[in-house]
Amino acid sequence: MKGRTLRLGAGAGYSGDRIEPAVQLAAHGQLDYLVFECLAERTIALSQQARARDERAGFDPLLLDRMRAVLPICRANGVRVITNMGAANPAGAADAVRALARDAGLAGLHVAAVTGDDVLAQVRQDQDAVLETGESVHSLADRLVSANAYIGVEPIVEALAQDADVVITGRAADPSLFLAPQVHEFGWRLDDWERLGAGTVTGHLLECAGQVTGGYFAEPGKKDVVDLAHLGFPIAEVGEDGATVITKVPGSGGCVSLATCKEQLLYEIHDPAAYYTPDVVADFTAVTLTEVGRDRVRVQGGRGRTRPECLKVTLGYRDGFVGEGQISYAGGGARRRAQLALEIVAARISEYGHAIEELRCDLIGVDALHGKLGASRGEPYEVRVRVAGRAQSASAAAWIGNEVEALYTNGPAGGAGATRLVRQILAVTSMLLPRDQVRCQVDVREA
Amino acid sequence: MTLRDLAHSRSGDKGTLVNCSVIAYDPRDFEYLMEVVTADAVKAHLRDLIHGDVARYLLPSLGAMNFVMARPPGNSVTRTLALDAHGKSISSALLEMILPDRSLPASRGGIG
Repeated sequence: MKGRTLRLGAGAGYSGDRIEPAVQLAAHGQLDYLVFECLAERTIALSQQARARDERAGFDPLLLDRMRAVLPICRANGVRVITNMGAANPAGAADAVRALARDAGLAGLHVAAVTGDDVLAQVRQDQDAVLETGESVHSLADRLVSANAYIGVEPIVEALAQDADVVITGRAADPSLFLAPQVHEFGWRLDDWERLGAGTVTGHLLECAGQVTGGYFAEPGKKDVVDLAHLGFPIAEVGEDGATVITKVPGSGGCVSLATCKEQLLYEIHDPAAYYTPDVVADFTAVTLTEVGRDRVRVQGGRGRTRPECLKVTLGYRDGFVGEGQISYAGGGARRRAQLALEIVAARISEYGHAIEELRCDLIGVDALHGKLGASRGEPYEVRVRVAGRAQSASAAAWIGNEVEALYTNGPAGGAGATRLVRQILAVTSMLLPRDQVRCQVDVREA
Repeated sequence: MTLRDLAHSRSGDKGTLVNCSVIAYDPRDFEYLMEVVTADAVKAHLRDLIHGDVARYLLPSLGAMNFVMARPPGNSVTRTLALDAHGKSISSALLEMILPDRSLPASRGGIG
């Protein structure tokens, strides 16, 4: 691989992402690797709950749809696949992908499962371990449903070295999914902090897929983006020194510009001089971006320092229920009627709703997003009332929706379109775990 | 003039923290933006939506800055009762900030 350019594509930026941009990348991206990042903080806790109900479940619900769509093309074009769609069950996911590959006439495909990020047993043993809130793990007691450490490139690189065509992980850090093929192909040392930092910048730019190619960017008249209905997902052309060109499949929708790259570079980061991953503390402050062609932005200057001693662990725990009700008012006086509706529900909940721990009342279209900042604007034609509250029991939470629905026959004039729901809260928190307490395993098997 | 005239922004969440970038459309405006879009100014503008202090980080080579702030207690992405659980719309609130008049085109002239 030395001296040549490695081509990485991002096939998904979240679990429910569109599938056809990944197919387009596999077919026309001239890729070496197609990477699917599908694991948000809470997704893995939800997956652990799914697996608790069914031992074979717990991986991404779209895993097989995605693999069915891309694997035959990837096989034909020599594209290897890396993904964290294993979620709470990478081994089960790998089994399912092997079965799918055999059915699709792709026998001989090597599929790897990377396990070991699940540290629930270790965390349960160490009840004194401290959470980000300063409380001990003990405070979560039997509400704890998952504990997963963010793992880095090492087990993924090991799987690639064993010739895996598809690598499926659980809670691997998002940029690590993209850094691993760079480390593997270019033979970067795992203490080459400069290159690991540069490769992490590339990974961070790609990890949300369409967000760097014009998705979540457009503002008509100010920031126009062409053909968002057919948004193309990004490609990174990475050189051995870690410098990268971000681009996309010619003819696909969207755009790659300095502005889209800057927005994504700063997305969900804190101190840009210290972006923590399991592999490196990356430094974005010397990154420079240069437009080198249409939809082509060159990225240089990513750096890094010694990786952190501890790994971040995300813990999922059950945290009661949210109940919600909504109803709409329209026409003249809509805002005043909606306000009256809120007052009625709030009064009844304060009188009878002792089990409701916290209540929030919003006028959608008026103040629901930004409170006073929005409430001072003009009069809307229609307003939607929303009341949401938290309770420990599902029945107490459900009562909020009942109260809103009861406005049909007991509230202000003209209420319309009431809806109600109850959902269990799966909360997440985090803690740090010494690196040596997380041991990963790599299992490569042929379909 | 509002911040929206000179800059674009995207916000995202990590637990109870939210970050918000501010990126100058024209890098020549960056110096002026650094002067007026301070951590304190952001804290004052978003006072009803955030809790506690605002940290500001600068990326001069990109003509950009990054603000990190906490949402009110209990407003973590999973527990919050807010319609915008992720704080993704905070970028839109920040861009509504009214900027003071620029007295002299110092940054454009390269004097200051």
